[in-house]
Amino acid sequence: MCTVCGCGAGEVKIEGGAHEHTHVHADGTVHTHSHGHDHDHAHNHDATALAGVHGHAHTHADGTTHVHEHVHQGEHAHDHGHEHCHDHDHHHHQHVIGGDLDYGTGPARAHVPGMSQSRMVQIEQDILSKNNVYAAANRKWFDERGIFALNLVSSPGSGKTTLLCKTIELLKDKVAINVVEGDQQTANDAERIRATGVPAIQINTGKGCHLDGHMVGHAMQRLQPKDESLFLIENVGNLVCPAAFDLGEHHKVAILSVTEGEDKPLKYPDMFAAADVMLLNKCDLLPYLEFDANLAEANARRVNPDLVIFRVSATSGDGMRAWLDWIEAGLEAQRCKHGETVDALKARIAALERQLAAR
Amino acid sequence: MHEMSLAEGVLQLVEDTARREQAGRVKLVVLEIGKLSSVEPAALSFCFDVVTRGSIAEGAVLEIVDVPGAGWCMQCAATVPIVERYGACPTCGSHQVQPTGGTEMRVREIEIE
Repeated sequence: MCTVCGCGAGEVKIEGGAHEHTHVHADGTVHTHSHGHDHDHAHNHDATALAGVHGHAHTHADGTTHVHEHVHQGEHAHDHGHEHCHDHDHHHHQHVIGGDLDYGTGPARAHVPGMSQSRMVQIEQDILSKNNVYAAANRKWFDERGIFALNLVSSPGSGKTTLLCKTIELLKDKVAINVVEGDQQTANDAERIRATGVPAIQINTGKGCHLDGHMVGHAMQRLQPKDESLFLIENVGNLVCPAAFDLGEHHKVAILSVTEGEDKPLKYPDMFAAADVMLLNKCDLLPYLEFDANLAEANARRVNPDLVIFRVSATSGDGMRAWLDWIEAGLEAQRCKHGETVDALKARIAALERQLAAR
Repeated sequence: MHEMSLAEGVLQLVEDTARREQAGRVKLVVLEIGKLSSVEPAALSFCFDVVTRGSIAEGAVLEIVDVPGAGWCMQCAATVPIVERYGACPTCGSHQVQPTGGTEMRVREIEIE
């Protein structure tokens, strides 16, 4: 794991501006990984809004010092700084969430002064809490700018990139679009997107099987999307892991193509349960296949009764209108929210100016 | 293989806590993994051993507490046990069951000395 930016497998490469780094750790192991220069995104910009965030500096064996945000969920964050060095003949405090001290939760269920005992410390935190904090920061960043963000997920080969290209082609004259492409290796997809004329950035996850909130935070910082624009994230082709990792998007969009099996939503229920929209792609091929589209939709709704489904063909363009209308409705909703925030701020400025003038 | 990322997430929480508590060693890590959480306990356990090597939690025992799946059945208007996310209600057979329990992935507590 990368101790600089916390990136998972240590092999994450974000296209453009990322650079290679070699670290020597205290235990003598050396590892090289890439990371971007911009560390001023999600870590800080709304950290203050999240309870229990504080900065931490740590120094590597090679002498470099990094400061990073360190997040605690829940009410125990204020426990910090109350801990003193205990001498061995002092009793050991049991620190428990909520700031209460409880001396009776060691395995012996008793506190014996002067006797060291191993102790249980409650953590009670979600394993994904770190990712969720990054995702929440991303979402807030999008919302403050009226940006509509979608996370596209599917198996490899369902036609995600072709669908994205078609969507961009049909929408790019109406709205500014930025794209993040996630793949294990190669920048091929980002190149395909850039050929349509919109900015795109490739994230190579190396050994990783999914994008996470932290990677997307870096990518959006680099892309600097315009206010009230559309932000599309094409996740790594994988129907399992991306379901668990929130990126800060407004909706997950699952893509199922008719060349796959009708029972895929039942085989990979987590993804179809996490998605709000399903696109049944490659519908132009239906006449040549023994694929029962109604059965596929029924299976998907069994996993997620609220799923919005569109039948499309990215190649022929059939069915794209309804999907584009759905995107435009989402953009409009974000625009309205953004407008409200801007209006509210203007009203506050006006009120403050009136106050100032009255003095 | 996202069990590897999850194991790293667990280690981070454990290391943060151990540092705060000025622990010398972590002996036990207790996780709560829901039946509907899409985590494979065996894979997670394997990854945990790998990622904790050389850390304060090296050699720690990993205890995984299974949390059974539960859902709210719209038809029965009751909480029912479910074994799969898309599972039918065991009472009425309806698929209108909203998972309410067993989706968690949490670090419950650690034992340190």
